[in-house]
Order: sequence, then structure tokens, then C-alpha cells
Amino acid sequence: MTCDIILCGVGGQGGLSVSVVIARAAMASGFLVKQSEIHGMSQRGGQVLANLRISDKEIFSPTIPKGKADIIFAFEPLEALRYLSWLSVERGTVVAATTPIRNIPSYPDIESVLAEIRKLPRARLIDADSLAKQAGNVRSANLVLVGAAADLLPVPPEAIEKEIVALFSRKGEAVVQANLKAFEYGRSIQHG
Amino acid sequence: MAEMVLSGDEAVAQAALDAGLSGGFAYPGTPSTEIMEYLQEHLGDKRAGAGDADGSAETGSVLEVRTAPRVAQWCANEKTAYESALGVSFAGKRAMVSMKHVGLNVAMDPFTNSALVRIHGGLVVVVADDPGMHSSQDEQDSRLLADFARVPCFEPSDQQEAYDMTRLAFDYSEEHEVPVLVRLTTRLAHARALVTMAPARDVPARGKCTDPYSWILMPEMARRRWLALLDKQPIFRADAEAASRLVLGSKELGVITCGLARAYYKENEDEWARAHGGERPSHLHIGRYPVGAEKIRALVAHVKRVLVIEEGYPYIERDLRGIFGTPVPVAGKMTGEIPLAGELSADSVRLALGLQAREGSAVAGIEVPGRPPQFCQGCPHADSITALKKALEGEAEFFTASDIGCYTLSALPPWNAVESCVDMGASVGMARGAASVGQKHAIGVIGDSTFYHSGMTNLIDAVRYRTPMTLLILDNGTTGMTGAQPTISGTSQLPKLLEGLGVEKEHIRVLEAHKRALDTNVAAIREEIAYDGVSVIVMVRECIEWLKKARKS
Repeated sequence: MTCDIILCGVGGQGGLSVSVVIARAAMASGFLVKQSEIHGMSQRGGQVLANLRISDKEIFSPTIPKGKADIIFAFEPLEALRYLSWLSVERGTVVAATTPIRNIPSYPDIESVLAEIRKLPRARLIDADSLAKQAGNVRSANLVLVGAAADLLPVPPEAIEKEIVALFSRKGEAVVQANLKAFEYGRSIQHG
Repeated sequence: MAEMVLSGDEAVAQAALDAGLSGGFAYPGTPSTEIMEYLQEHLGDKRAGAGDADGSAETGSVLEVRTAPRVAQWCANEKTAYESALGVSFAGKRAMVSMKHVGLNVAMDPFTNSALVRIHGGLVVVVADDPGMHSSQDEQDSRLLADFARVPCFEPSDQQEAYDMTRLAFDYSEEHEVPVLVRLTTRLAHARALVTMAPARDVPARGKCTDPYSWILMPEMARRRWLALLDKQPIFRADAEAASRLVLGSKELGVITCGLARAYYKENEDEWARAHGGERPSHLHIGRYPVGAEKIRALVAHVKRVLVIEEGYPYIERDLRGIFGTPVPVAGKMTGEIPLAGELSADSVRLALGLQAREGSAVAGIEVPGRPPQFCQGCPHADSITALKKALEGEAEFFTASDIGCYTLSALPPWNAVESCVDMGASVGMARGAASVGQKHAIGVIGDSTFYHSGMTNLIDAVRYRTPMTLLILDNGTTGMTGAQPTISGTSQLPKLLEGLGVEKEHIRVLEAHKRALDTNVAAIREEIAYDGVSVIVMVRECIEWLKKARKS
């Protein structure tokens, strides 16, 4: 069993911390894990990318080869399109937030961006911002996305919940609850 | 055995702590920054061994002078960091200095010369290369600089080896009285995996080095030390040879890997075997330098052709080819099977192995524009650059030389405000040089951290010759690009420092880097660029990223 996950977004979205949540949950469930991300210059409003590889056997490359990704989590819709050549043709799923971050002048028409994502055989477009707001913390949008793909992850949801609690407990009970709720809202979405 | 998930950087730092490190020193630089951050955070941890800790970041003031059994400190630049580490070694304790690849250029003088002294407390030099230039201005390969200095180089291929090799490097350094360079690359430094740690050990202080003249590199003594270093080379080579791993398999292909190349090769190995009757290629993995020859010869004698996969320059490959040709064909970076530029990937290695490229999902039917990094919302640099642009409006002739830091982003649209970015401190020297031969309105743009790092000495040149130039120091109190580490000196100290360097008091202007001061700032910049001498404008406001970080803690 291997599950290769790409997480992408825009610097400053703070999205890549959910990679840690999934990674820890996978390890607690007995899997091997390799995580890779790029720091430094790209953090400043540029495109950011993390790779997460989960497997029950030894993992070699820290980055995912092209055409191998099982899931692309895109915390911003345009960013999903940037990494399609990594997505597995046979089984890959894109899970993308619908809210654009238009910090570049040439940002394409959002409808055509979403239409491109819909064209894929397995795509889940999620209004993560709204659900996160409902959950009580707009910064938990990324966990809505994780929830929306919980059925695709090789770890039980309880393991993820446990890591959410561990990661956010420093920030107080309200933040923990909002993040747990965000994850749950994501899970409750029906995918057609 | 304790296990932890660590990045390559963190594994190196944890290994140093477990090896009984007394002094860690660094200047921030991607992808090496997290080594010092980890040291500072964990210096006082119990498993790290005995002694009080002094994580300077936690003491509140970086100006505070402290001594402690163990220190982990940011320094003014890589050279000063290196020299502090040398002092620790002389004093008989274990030292580590960490930096990015271009930082080693700055520390090259102490690095090459420290190869000649009798290293006393173990000295480990960690250099993180950035192939692919994710956050750097070049992709130089530090293995060649270790070779240049004739010091042993260890190159881990994963996080576990980053831990094991760093620990070994301290022992090896003491055993052979030589600095040891540990080479990381970006994907190793910033990727995380499970690491098993060995028990921490204390290192009994040995007292300072008392061997007379072994640290005095005057010509007479240096010649002896140089011969001693040359005498050690066969030992280094034999040890590296013994540490390399040869597995003979298929006669069709022999693969040589080093560092992370091993991971990219192993990713594809099974598939190559399936395509070749189940047999795996013969494989030699090299983890230490200088490279030994015996196993390479054994590999080449066994196979029909060889593929060399290296992250960085074709270094082993160049050695292998020599100039008289090879007994079997060799493929690699020099013949183009592996791209000469950029970092390796499982995909590029796959093609070099002769396997079919893997198809991904169809690329989007619309063009996906790049999203370059940009100033954070509310960044003080944006306000400083706006003021500079406005002050230069209508000027027919000017030269804006910039430097290494977040403000380099002002070279991109919509700013297009600066014309050069070469190396740390170059803005000051280039503006000065251009002005000295008649370039009008030569302006250097530099951050406070970069100014302390390498800008000050250039300014002394400018003062000496009264070169007509203006320097904009964007003082945000931090090293921003690498995640907001404290600068070596404080904002309140800067005007005094400038005065001390000889800049005239009335031409040291301290301004607020804020929108609301735009008109004042534009007027001040205009006045100073009109001045026929050295003027320095300090634009002050805290880094937004630093503020966020400060609030969090």
C-alpha cells in the first residue's frame, strides 16, 4: 500500500501544517512516512508545495514521481492545475478549495479554472472557506479539505482527529474544536 | 532506541547535541537555517546531555554577552561563525558551524586554512547545497570545496544517515585532527523521515590545544602542517572506500550514486529489474570523499556500461572519465543522460535508466500563470521601494544596486526598482565602484542583516574615497527571507555604527519605512542622492513576518 499526496497552495495560507497532521496519523497507524517541502523564498505569497508519501514499505524518493500522486490537496484552485502532471491517471483525485487567491495580475477567469478541475475524472471542489467559517475558524479551511478526502486516506478518521487535538491543543480549546468541526464538515460532504 | 521524525537539518542538529556539542554557530541561509533553529530550541533538552544552555534567541537581547557550557548562536556572517567554531575547537570542545552553500564562499578563508591546523575539539562544517536554486543565486557543489581544502566530506543519503554521519563526523574530526564537511542538499535538508537516535553522550573537556605551533600558520609551520594534511589523504581515501557500498548484480548496467541520488535510483530500481529479467543493476553507493578507486574498478570490471547519478556537479563522474577514456561507456551529466543543471528527481533518473516516462493526468487546457514570491501584505520594504522609485522619477541617470534579501523581490514587476543582485554586500561595493568611475546617482539597497554580514566593509571603502553614493539600509530588525531570525545588532545601534565608520552625521538619515511618511521619505532620498559624498538612509520598520512570529511566542 502506498498513498502519495501533493499539498499545494499559496505562501501565507499556512496550509502545509495539515501535512503534519496526516503524516503523524499515518505513523500512528503503523505506516512509514516521508514528507518534503520547500522553504525560503517561495513562502512570500508565491506557490508552495509539499509532498507526503505514506507506505507500508520503505519509501525512497522524498518527492513524488510524475503520474504517481493519489491525491492533490489544493488549498487554492489554480494551484491544483499546476501539478496535474503528477496526478495518477488511473486513480488520482483532486481535492480543491474553490476560493481563488488573486495576487497575480494574470489570474485566469475563475470559472474556467474550476471547469478545468471538473473535467478531471475524479475531482472534489469544496467551498472550504464557508464551511470553515461555519465551523468557527476560517483558518481551518485546510482541514475541511482533508475531511473531504478522509475516505481516500489510508488512516482512520479517529487517528486524524487525535493529531488535530495534539497539534492545536497549545492554541486553546476553541481552536481545537473549530478544527475538529472543520474536519467533520469536510467528511460529511457527499461526493457525486 | 529513541525514534523521532526529523528533517535532514534537524537530524544533523540532534546528532550534534547527542555528540556532546559545546558550540554551534551559523548565519541564516536556506536550506540550512533550521539547523541552528533546532539547536537553539533543544540546547537545554535533557537527552542532549549535561550543562546549562544558552539559546541566544531566548535570552531576549542578542547583544547580551553570555558564556555557557553550551552555546548556539547566530553570528554576523559565515566567516565569523566559522572562526567562533575554530575557537571552540582550540579550547578542546566540540563545535559545529552550519551554512548554505554560498555561505561557504564567505567562510572560505577560515575553512581552507583550518584544514592545516591541528583540530582539537571535533569541528564539523555543515553545508547545505541548493541544486535547482530554490532560494539561492547559484547551485555550486560543496563537495568540490571540501576537495579543494583537502578535508573529508560526508554526504548522507537520507535523514538517518544525516544523523549517523554527523555523529561520526565529530569522532572522525578528533581522530584525524581535521575539520569534516557534511554536505546536505535541499530535499534532504527539508524532507522529514523517522530517525533512530543513539544514546546521547557527554564529551569530557580536554582542555585547550597545547601542541606548540600547530595552530600558527606562519610559512615555516604551515609548510609542515600542509605536509601533515597531505599525508592524511590516503587514510581519508581508504576510509571513504571502506564506507562505500558495492552490490554486484546485472552485467548490463552499473549504477554509481551518492547522496540523495540513491533515493531517486532506488525509486526506479524495481522497474528496471522487471524490464531486465528480474536482475538488478550492479550498484555502488558512495557516501564519503575523497573517493576511493577500488570498488569503482570492481564495478567497471563487472559491467558493460556505467551510469553516474550525482546531485550537483559531475564530480565523481569527472574523476571517473579522466582524459584517457574509460574501458566501458559512462553516462551521466557530462554526456547529457542526466541534466547538467537543476536538481535530480525520480523522473529524470528514470529516463537516464532507459525507462519510459510516466504519464500524468492531462495538463490543463488553460495557461497556468506562475505565481512568483512577493512582498507580504504591509511589508515595510514595499513602502521603502515606493519612496525610492518616486525619488528617482524624472532622473535620467541612475544605478540601483541591490542585495540578497526579501527586498530583492523589488527587481520584479510591478516594481522593477533594482538592477543588480549578486552576493551578500555587493550592493554597497557595486554602487561605490560604479560611482567612482562617474556613474551618476549610484544607490545601494541593502537590508540591515546583509549590511552587518558584508556591507560594512564596502562602506568603509566609500568613506575613505568620499565616493558620491547613497546607501539605503532597509532596517526591519531581522533576517526576513529565512523566516525572521534576529539580526546581530539592534536598530538603535545602527546610526552610531555608521558614524563610527566615518559617514558624516548630517548625511545619516533615519526615516520611518511607512506609507504615511512617503512625502518626507521621497524628499530625503532626493536630497541625499544629490549630495556629492557618502550618504546613508536608514529606513526603519519591523518585518511583518517577525511581528507575527513574536506574537505567536
